[in-house]
Amino acid sequence: MLRIQKRTNMLLWQRWITRLAAIVLALVINAVIIFALTKLNPLKVYGSMFEGVFGTPLILWDTIRRVSMLLCIGVGLAPAFKMKFWNIGAEGQILVGGIAAAACMIYLGNLPNALLLVVMFVLAAAAGGLWGFVPAIAKARLNTNETLFTLMMNYIAIQLTSFFVTFWETPQGSGKVGIINPNTYKGWFPQLFGQRYMLNLIIALVLVVLVFLYLRYTKQGYEIAVVGESHNTAKYAGISVQAVTVRTVTISGAICGIAGFIAVAGQGHTISTSTAGGRGFIAIIVAWLAKFNTFFMILISLLIVFLEKGAEEIASNFNINNDLSKVLMGIILFFILGSEFFINYKLALSKAENA
Amino acid sequence: MENPVVNDYAVRMLNITKTFGTTVANKNVSLDIKKGEILSLLGENGSGKTTLMNMLSGIYFPDSGSILVDGKSAHIRSPKDAHDLKIGMIHQHFKLVDVFTAAENAKLGMRASLKSARAEIKKICERYHFSVDPDKKVYEMSVSEKQTLEIVKALYRGADVLILDEPTAVLTPQETDALFDVMREMKKDGKSIVIITHKLNEVLAISDRVAILRKGEFVGEIETEKADVQTLSDMMVGRSVSLNIDRPEVKDKSVRLVVKNLSVKDNLGVLRLDDVAFTAYSGEILGIAGITGSGQKELLEAIAGLIPTASGSSMIYIDPRTGKEEDLKKYDAEQIRALGISLAFVPEDRLGMGLVGSMNIPDNMLLRSYKEGKFGLVDQKKPLDLAKKVVSELDVVAPNLNTPVRKLSGGNVQKVLVGRELASSPSLMMAAYAVRGLDINTSYAIYRLLNERKLNGGAVIYVGEDLDVLLELCDRILVLCGGRVSGIVDGRTAKKEQVGLMMTGSQCESAETEAAN
Repeated sequence: MLRIQKRTNMLLWQRWITRLAAIVLALVINAVIIFALTKLNPLKVYGSMFEGVFGTPLILWDTIRRVSMLLCIGVGLAPAFKMKFWNIGAEGQILVGGIAAAACMIYLGNLPNALLLVVMFVLAAAAGGLWGFVPAIAKARLNTNETLFTLMMNYIAIQLTSFFVTFWETPQGSGKVGIINPNTYKGWFPQLFGQRYMLNLIIALVLVVLVFLYLRYTKQGYEIAVVGESHNTAKYAGISVQAVTVRTVTISGAICGIAGFIAVAGQGHTISTSTAGGRGFIAIIVAWLAKFNTFFMILISLLIVFLEKGAEEIASNFNINNDLSKVLMGIILFFILGSEFFINYKLALSKAENA
Repeated sequence: MENPVVNDYAVRMLNITKTFGTTVANKNVSLDIKKGEILSLLGENGSGKTTLMNMLSGIYFPDSGSILVDGKSAHIRSPKDAHDLKIGMIHQHFKLVDVFTAAENAKLGMRASLKSARAEIKKICERYHFSVDPDKKVYEMSVSEKQTLEIVKALYRGADVLILDEPTAVLTPQETDALFDVMREMKKDGKSIVIITHKLNEVLAISDRVAILRKGEFVGEIETEKADVQTLSDMMVGRSVSLNIDRPEVKDKSVRLVVKNLSVKDNLGVLRLDDVAFTAYSGEILGIAGITGSGQKELLEAIAGLIPTASGSSMIYIDPRTGKEEDLKKYDAEQIRALGISLAFVPEDRLGMGLVGSMNIPDNMLLRSYKEGKFGLVDQKKPLDLAKKVVSELDVVAPNLNTPVRKLSGGNVQKVLVGRELASSPSLMMAAYAVRGLDINTSYAIYRLLNERKLNGGAVIYVGEDLDVLLELCDRILVLCGGRVSGIVDGRTAKKEQVGLMMTGSQCESAETEAAN
């Protein structure tokens, strides 16, 4: 008889070997599927996946851009999630941050660029923070369900974005805002070290470090951990659950608002209802898989972007149905998640005999 | 042809081993349960009693070894298998659906009509003099009613072997006696009963035979007639233990806390504490006795500033150094600490209130003092030093300091909590059910610590449930009943029956009637 047994004694290197083995196994199975369905050489398909993610400096920087975005949002979710406040509203927080940033670009175009960027940063964070503050105060005062509340806030943000898109429409009747300041580049991220997306990366990495330190070494981080574990314990320790809830979710929303700032100033240079593009939801996976450790989030974001871009690449290169490439990516993700099971448990044959 | 051998054994467990990861919960344990006997399964916490019985009730499956039920080999893979073999277990945490009635709970998962279940329950109740209303919803029941229902449920499902896991932990002395009467009745009907416990008096009072486990291994069995408290505890602990609780004489008695007109209402506006008044002195242990839910929790939490009190209440704390008086009513937990009042509180719910289960020992040491760090950062060094000190002074057994406290055993969790609370040498120390679920050694270690605090001039308020212990440990005992004080007695002269009556009997009722008027 096969039984599931908990294991506690796996060493770090064994864990990583297990994870690696899972990926290899997933690739082997995918190879069989690829060959069976398309008769293509699986190695070539994999090669092109890699090419499509890391192939040229240009492609590599596009990957970095996407990773930075996802990472920034995941890091933003970490404080709220650590407090067991399920912020599903990153999408909306990104959008309102984006609106604030775009508004600055449109109305404050005559400020010096550095100052403009700082103003955009602050206002985007404030807007995102407000979008976190509202559900947080409702939760603290009225004990509303934060999952529903933050989700609803997303729809408000989307409607708000639609409004501003129409309001700022250029040219009239096009139904979109278009690239903002296409000639002056006001409010655009400057190139750093010759790279367009360097600033995106730097902001994301700084946030990774800051949030990690915040959660691990500050009093507020300690309060978040206690509130997340038990409200009773928090009260016992003299922590105001309400104040910590409001403060933490506001911070969480503010960081997601910064992600909106990056999305507008650092890549799209425009605003539309698809500015967030579902990243706010995918980042939830990032935050969870990384167990709210912001450094782990770098790896997880990279993995998810790799799978997404790889799927797009092979779909276009080999003329494979887009859905098949998604299936292949799904299998890889499934194996990676499955490997966690084998890290925590083992299967054992039962030795119980008949008497 | 041979005559069939008469089988005396209801259940035989042979060479059972069960491991969880690296922890060996049961090692090569063999245990026989005879027909028509009451067997006590005795052992300290973490000795593997419950695990062993869970393998009979289908919760766990043994790694190795075999089980014979009524002489036949049995594979118990699920509670359903156990039920088919007529084995029923009453778990420490009840397995009842709150929103269902008694009858609905009993027939859950069975092919029976509600009507027949109701009738059957009535019959069982008559037979054993239970009073269970088949149509009462579980959430409306008291703890002892729920337990009765669990037993009725097991009987309704035809159990011949009944396993009770720490059944008396939640009962008053009177309820315990009633339960024991029922157990004797069931034994008369030829049923086999296993009672898991670590209370020696109960073992002696009820069982025919005692089997003892220690650290997952079977250490022996003994006819109850031939056993006494000392031999049992020695077998259980593995060496000779002293069973006397010290009660040093009170010295330097001075007023530390004067509580007057203290009333507390809960969220629903129900009066939980009604006009409570008492004085706590330095250098003494004031015991609080009462049935669970008589207001003990509210009393301590009100003093600690965790719940609001009704207007008119007053809790005057007198600072031993300055003689300054502060009314604690005006402050919450945070302000009390900010005022420099050294008040320690070991709450009943250790992992749900006193500690953070997912954090390690040093981080838990921070809980009451994390605000002391500079520049918005938490101090890393002090809690680490304190953690080391607590671990070494109180013999906390932990794989290492970084283990989340949730993964420690109950006794070690409590030591971490008590150690932290005592670290500040509190002038007022409150502890609720500080030894609940702890083994003998740890319990005595806790009593010793409370006594030390008393001798060093602390005022100690100790909420307990074991009357024998309260009477041995405390200088005075305040008895609560339905949120009112039904009396304060001298711990050196009071009798157990007297206190028991104050908890439940006429004195209590009169207090309740007064409250109603």
